[in-house]
Amino acid sequence: MTNSEKNRRKDKAFQVFGIFCTFIGLVVLAIFLIDIVIEGIGRIDWDFLTSLPSRRAARAGILTAWAGTIWILVLSALIAFPLGIAAGVYLEEYAKKTKLSNFLEINIANLAGVPSIIYGLLGLELFVRIMNLGGILLAGALTLSLLILPIIIVTTREAIKAVPRTIRDGSFALGASKWQTVWYQVLPASFGGILTGVILALSRAVGEAAPLIVIGALAYVPFVPSSPMDEFTVLPIQIFNWTSRPQAAFLTNAAAAIIILLLITFLLNGIAVYLRHRQQKKIKW
Amino acid sequence: MNIKHSKLEAINLDAYYGDFHALKSINIAMEEKAVTAFIGPSGCGKSTFLRTFNRMNDYIDGFRIEGQILLDGRDIYTDDVRVDELRKEVGMVFQKPNPFPKTIYENVVYGLRIQGIKDKKILQETCEKSLQQAALWNEVKDKLDKSALALSGGQQQRLCIARALAIQPSVILMDEPASALDPISTAKIEDLIYELKKDYTIVIVTHNMQQAGRVSDHTAFFYMGELVEYAKTKTMFTSPKDTRTQNYITGRFG
Repeated sequence: MTNSEKNRRKDKAFQVFGIFCTFIGLVVLAIFLIDIVIEGIGRIDWDFLTSLPSRRAARAGILTAWAGTIWILVLSALIAFPLGIAAGVYLEEYAKKTKLSNFLEINIANLAGVPSIIYGLLGLELFVRIMNLGGILLAGALTLSLLILPIIIVTTREAIKAVPRTIRDGSFALGASKWQTVWYQVLPASFGGILTGVILALSRAVGEAAPLIVIGALAYVPFVPSSPMDEFTVLPIQIFNWTSRPQAAFLTNAAAAIIILLLITFLLNGIAVYLRHRQQKKIKW
Repeated sequence: MNIKHSKLEAINLDAYYGDFHALKSINIAMEEKAVTAFIGPSGCGKSTFLRTFNRMNDYIDGFRIEGQILLDGRDIYTDDVRVDELRKEVGMVFQKPNPFPKTIYENVVYGLRIQGIKDKKILQETCEKSLQQAALWNEVKDKLDKSALALSGGQQQRLCIARALAIQPSVILMDEPASALDPISTAKIEDLIYELKKDYTIVIVTHNMQQAGRVSDHTAFFYMGELVEYAKTKTMFTSPKDTRTQNYITGRFG
């Protein structure tokens, strides 16, 4: 066998291996999705979406769970969005490259990798105990905000970095201050990218159960929360609760709830992809 | 060389990027309402020097200067000078056209908006006047609300000139304004420079000898951070005094 033949075979072999690797992930996901859909789709109806939880599987609904999830989503966004963007803008546009800013940067990157249950413990100590909030929506949203803050900061910085230096120069040369340049040029030009990052971070937060369980969110909440000071549950906790029950009917409920949770996640990711696409079309440097 | 009225002046100017000595005791005075060209090989300090006149180097970490830069006889590096005020007086056009990702109209009036001017009539009048001065009005008057990024490179560069003119500076700094453009667009920019020098003091950095010869009244040749020679453009191109100048303008290096 000649050398070039050998190389071609290696090439071919890797291609096949690569396809195999790519498909493992997809196949597993597909099997999971199909399994869940077969199990749960029949259970989803208007009553399921609008009923309160119940001890009897057939009467139990997810109204409080998805309402709680939406509450958490909106509150976390309201808290983490301005904080994350402000921190990202500061680090990228204002902070001098000192040892301190280096230290901050490394630690923010590290924070993005901290397991979510640790954030739960932090939230428990800080918001539930020290601030004495108890296991309410606000405490949950604050905890999840901490969780997604590093992700938002990092994506904000990336989006801001993508705005060319020449745009800032152009703005400065016309007499604009740093703040005016950030406000009128950098943020509008990077907003799509920032929003994409925020939404992806939120879609991560939507799936979290552990940190919320730690701060004391309940599995059984017999009312829809009407303010940030109310007790709450969220879809992942409801799912976790149902899957730990012995009755098969509750497993069906869990599958149905998983479908709803996945729909919310896919919807968020879809919006993110759409925004990124639109941004890329609108601005070509 | 005799300067009738010096608009811009550098006195014993040294500039450093960290340890790198980028400009070495430069002394020069530039004539009002004339075009002064800076020429020299890449890395000779001419762009750095140009950017000291509107303090665009201020944002670069580790950059510092010694000596003085005078605008109308006043030192622009003293503590009481406000950089935004300075830049209203000293406009700048960059090498690569850099329109903002906004409409043509918003590009032109940006400098006024950040000054807090909201009066629509003033904004519209300034927009039209500036675009006319930049010889772009006829090409864009029907699409002022279209994105500036849709214009051609040459149009974008004239838009950037209009944008600079809108805040009524007295000096315009141009950093190789035509180097990214095709010959026809370049010719339009050069015609424009010729028109503008009736009202403005223009300093232009260029790599193109012919361009320096065509548009400038005076030429300064920089080499390794030093101002080697400064003379009337005609004199410099016909009888350069320094051999380095001669070698450069005859194309032996650079």
